[in-house]
Amino acid sequence: MPGPRGRAVRSGLRSIWADLHVHTVVSPCAEVEMIPPLIIRRAQELGLGILAVTDHNTAENVAAVQRAAEGTEITVLAGMEVQSREDAHILCLFDTVEQVLAWQEVVYAHLPDLKNNEEVFGAQFVVDETGDFVRMNERLLLTAAALSVSEVVAGVRDLGGLAIAAHVDRQAFSLLTSLGFMPPDLPLAAVEISRHTTPEKALARHRSLRGMPIIMSGDAHRLSEMCANTLVTLRAFPAPPSVEELDLALRGEGGRAVEWVPR
Amino acid sequence: MTVQEIISALGLEQATGDADRLVRVITGGYASDLLSCVMAGAADGNVWVTLQAHPNVIAVADLLNLACVIITEGTRLDEETLGRAREKGIPVLLTEETTFTVVSKLAELGIRGEH
Repeated sequence: MPGPRGRAVRSGLRSIWADLHVHTVVSPCAEVEMIPPLIIRRAQELGLGILAVTDHNTAENVAAVQRAAEGTEITVLAGMEVQSREDAHILCLFDTVEQVLAWQEVVYAHLPDLKNNEEVFGAQFVVDETGDFVRMNERLLLTAAALSVSEVVAGVRDLGGLAIAAHVDRQAFSLLTSLGFMPPDLPLAAVEISRHTTPEKALARHRSLRGMPIIMSGDAHRLSEMCANTLVTLRAFPAPPSVEELDLALRGEGGRAVEWVPR
Repeated sequence: MTVQEIISALGLEQATGDADRLVRVITGGYASDLLSCVMAGAADGNVWVTLQAHPNVIAVADLLNLACVIITEGTRLDEETLGRAREKGIPVLLTEETTFTVVSKLAELGIRGEH
C-alpha cells in the first residue's frame, strides 16, 4: 500500500489516497468527534494525502481543518456538499478558503431564512483548529438551496472549482433518485458512489453513468467512516495537489488517473 | 377526460403541447417529485403532477408516453426544459396550486391512481 505521498509512478506524477467527502461538527448530523485534529489524525492513520471537507451547505469549518493539517503531508481541499433545488447532493471542491467562502455566499443567499432546530437535526458547531468551540451556526443547513443542479455545477466551475454528484446510488438526496438518470451535458467532474456498492454494480443499475469517472468516498459523519479507497495519480510536486490536477486525473489526462481500490 | 378538458377544468396555464396531444384521453394519474419513482410507477397516458421542472422531466414524460405533465407551486420552466417540451410536443401545464390541491381536483374529475 502506498504511503501518504505514494509511489512515484512516472516523472512528476504521484499516487495519493484521497477521501473527498468528509463532514465536520458543523454538519448537524456529524458526530462530535468530527473536529479538525481528530480528522487529521485519522487521515494520517489511513495514509490519506488528500482530504476534502464537505459540510452540508456551509464551509465554516474548512479553514480550521486546513490549519490543523499544517505541517502534515495532507492537502485539505476546501469543499461543501450542497443540496440542490431537486434535493440532489453535490460535492463542490475548491483549493482555497476564499473560493469556498465566495461559493458559500451564493448558497446562503439561496437558503430559506430558517433557523436550525437542534432537537431535530443536531447542533452545528463552528470550531477552531484545536476543535474548541467558536460559535453555533444557527442557519437551517439541512435543507435545499434554491439552486438547480445546473446552476450549482456552473457556479462552482465559474469560481474555479469542480462538482461531483454525491452518493448517486443512494435512495435519498441522490441526483439519480431525484432526476431519474444523469442529465446529459451536465459538466460534472465525476460521480460518487457510497461504500455500500461497487462501480460495477452502480454501472449495471444506472446505464446513464457510463463514461463518467466514478469515485468512492466515506461520506464520513464519524471518524470510522473515513476511508482510503480512492487512489489519485496526479502532479503533486513541487506544488501540492490542486483541484485542477484532480480534474485532469478524473479525466485521465497525461498519465493521471483515479482508481477505486477495494480493501 | 382529455388533456384539454383538464386544462379548462383546473384553469391551467398551457406552456407547451401540440394540438393533437390535447385531445388525448387520460388513463390515470401519478404524483411524485422523484423521477426515479416516476420512471417505475407512472404509466402510458397518465397525467403526472410534480413541482420539478428539470429538463429530465420532459425526457421521462416522453419515455413513458405520458399524456401531460402538470407543474405545481408556480415553478417556471427554464429555456432548456421549455425547448425540449416543444420539441417533443408534450403538453406541460403550469399552476400556482400545490400538488395536493391539483391531485384532489383531478380525483374529483374521476382520474384515478390505478391504471
